[in-house]
Amino acid sequence: MKAHLLSLLAPIGLVAPYSSHLAAASLSGPLAEIRAVDREGTGNEKATSAWQKLTQADPATLPEVLAGMNGANPLAENWLRAAVGVIADQASAAKKLPIEAVQAFLSDTKNSPAPRVVAYDIIQRAQPELAEKITPSLLEDPSSELRRHPVAKLLQSGDEDLAQGRKEEATNAYLKAMNSARDEDQIKDLAKKLKDLDKPVDLPKHFGFLMNWKLIAPFTNVERKGFDTAFPPEQEIRPDAVYPGKNADAKWIDFNSADDYGQIDFNKPFTMLKEVTGYAYTEFESAEARDAQIRLGCKDGWKVWLNGELLFARDEYHRGAKLDQYKLPVKLKKGKNAILVKCCQNEQTESWTVEWQFQLRICDATGTAILSAK
Amino acid sequence: MKRSLTLLSTFALLHSSFSADWPQFRGPNASAVSTEATAPGPKVNIDWSVDLPGRGLSSPIVVGDKVFITCSSGPDQSNLHVFCFSAADGKKIWERVMKATGRTMSHNKTCVAAPTPCSDGERVFALYSSNDLFAFDLAGNLLWLRGLTYDYSNASNSLGMSSSPVVVGDTLVVQSENDSESLAVGIDVTTGKNRWKKERPKAANWTSAVVYQNVVALQSSKGLTGVNPRTGEIEWDYTDGASTTPSSAVTKNAIYVPSNGITALSPEKGSASQIWRAGGLKPGTGSPLVLGDAIYVLNGTGVLIRASITNGDEAWKLRLKGPLSGSPVAAGQYIYIVSERGDFQVIDTTAKEGAVVHTVELKDTLLCTPAISDGAVFVRSDKKLWKLK
Repeated sequence: MKAHLLSLLAPIGLVAPYSSHLAAASLSGPLAEIRAVDREGTGNEKATSAWQKLTQADPATLPEVLAGMNGANPLAENWLRAAVGVIADQASAAKKLPIEAVQAFLSDTKNSPAPRVVAYDIIQRAQPELAEKITPSLLEDPSSELRRHPVAKLLQSGDEDLAQGRKEEATNAYLKAMNSARDEDQIKDLAKKLKDLDKPVDLPKHFGFLMNWKLIAPFTNVERKGFDTAFPPEQEIRPDAVYPGKNADAKWIDFNSADDYGQIDFNKPFTMLKEVTGYAYTEFESAEARDAQIRLGCKDGWKVWLNGELLFARDEYHRGAKLDQYKLPVKLKKGKNAILVKCCQNEQTESWTVEWQFQLRICDATGTAILSAK
Repeated sequence: MKRSLTLLSTFALLHSSFSADWPQFRGPNASAVSTEATAPGPKVNIDWSVDLPGRGLSSPIVVGDKVFITCSSGPDQSNLHVFCFSAADGKKIWERVMKATGRTMSHNKTCVAAPTPCSDGERVFALYSSNDLFAFDLAGNLLWLRGLTYDYSNASNSLGMSSSPVVVGDTLVVQSENDSESLAVGIDVTTGKNRWKKERPKAANWTSAVVYQNVVALQSSKGLTGVNPRTGEIEWDYTDGASTTPSSAVTKNAIYVPSNGITALSPEKGSASQIWRAGGLKPGTGSPLVLGDAIYVLNGTGVLIRASITNGDEAWKLRLKGPLSGSPVAAGQYIYIVSERGDFQVIDTTAKEGAVVHTVELKDTLLCTPAISDGAVFVRSDKKLWKLK
């Protein structure tokens, strides 16, 4: 009778399922099935039942489920993030949250940034005082998301010092924060405070903007056809070359940006033209062969090549631009790396369609600048 | 006898529960009109409110006794929240937090939680401007997920996207229309896989589909296309252009499209005949609605216009407190709308020149479209969800 009652109640979630909690040894199958999900819903059916199994796991297995996120694709990460959330909620309700094990997972920087952020969030919700204690240790963390917390604390500390007239302490707090800050909002805030304290920040260096380019224009982009037209710079980079352009010869010129946010503005040398295509070329010297990201902000149509390989192309015009709008994972080779950007201006004449520019930086996955060796 | 009474009451409960659902953006069939017998009436006031941890323009939806709502939080709005609250008292039943896999950039006025979720009564489908799509059952179990920008890397809009999905039968229809890789997909609600994928006009589009006689009408700058939700085949096509912001209004017999003012269409397989066109009826951001024998259009200056659904002739104009971003919704003889400055306004459509008969000051910025269920109205801001009754 008792068993019968339990079997009736289990499906509506009033008691734990018959099979009790899934032990650690049983997790490998469900984790593998979830990690196999991919584009266009591939693996969704298996992941659905695997997710159900995972959410019945013993709370003690939480670090193992978190570890399942290591190296997973973003879709699998989300499946597992949701499972961790359910397991953590259930564990908290049962007062069985393995907080020490979660903290150990967070502390181990060999784990991927995404699950470590989830681990921090679990700690913050369950024991905010512990999260507060951990926060200063995250200042140099590989995760930019985790760095935000100690940077915010230093900002607050600097503000308090400043309010009390302790300029030197405030400056030190801001400088320390700036050194670790990777998010634009915090960097902007800190740069302004430091400028006010006569400690201007070299923002292009902090972000890793590429400031010195060779530009060539104007090729045509009438009817937006220039975007898919391979003009000569896509075949050869010859600094002394002159090509027939739109209403004028197209020649290479040197352009050095003085903009704090590294804008490479074609309007400056070529004037405010419409329906034109320009190219920018630069070389980046990498001290080693390594993984990196090329991050671009641009509101015109654009394409980017690294060492002759097309990384991405986007034909959206004047819908907005921001820092790190596009993050392109790349492999830099040791020595010279050739970067070519195509930037297409369209036919719109509204005042907000004047910009014909881009900003480009090279950094690691955290957003830490990688500077050219030359 | 006793047994049949039990069956009857069970049916009544189920029916009552179903009829109170507001399952998607602008409710049943995206008509913006409540179909339930119990209307909220004019004198609604705050019943409860709950705090939200992130931004959102999406509307709440209501399924049975549960309210579902989405938010986005974090410095780049990449934390995607789905909440389930008790409609009765606002108590949180569950929350899931996911991460955006697509681009989260948007205009400051909008945000990543702009599309309204929808439900088929068993599942909730939560879509975001980042093109992340999650299917949960009503208890919060994750059924499947998709990252449409992860799948189709140029499907995004740097101003943000807001088209809300609709579900018809066992297919979820999602629009991701933009200047670059513009598309619509029909997704199997049980597996999350595509039944079909269609190329759409390459132009930014913030409108949402409506459902007309089981055909999904996809609006774009080109016009309005009726699509079979199961196959993606085009049933009919109206090609005289349409707005990319306000969506269409729909009834059982016609669709009223924001196109050259308002154009009334009577689509059927192979054609979309025009019934009338009224160039002076120009909706602003909010979508029009049809209530009884009238169409109501909120223009860009905050004036609500009542016109005949027979020929588009204007009957009266009523200035509301603006500015207004959300769309009006209706139940009984009343229209409900909230201004950007937080003035929740109740309009009596039977008054001779129309009349604002009640206002509730919510003292917050509200850009959403209200939801109506079980004699109550639900609205949200970036900070709160309210139930007014």
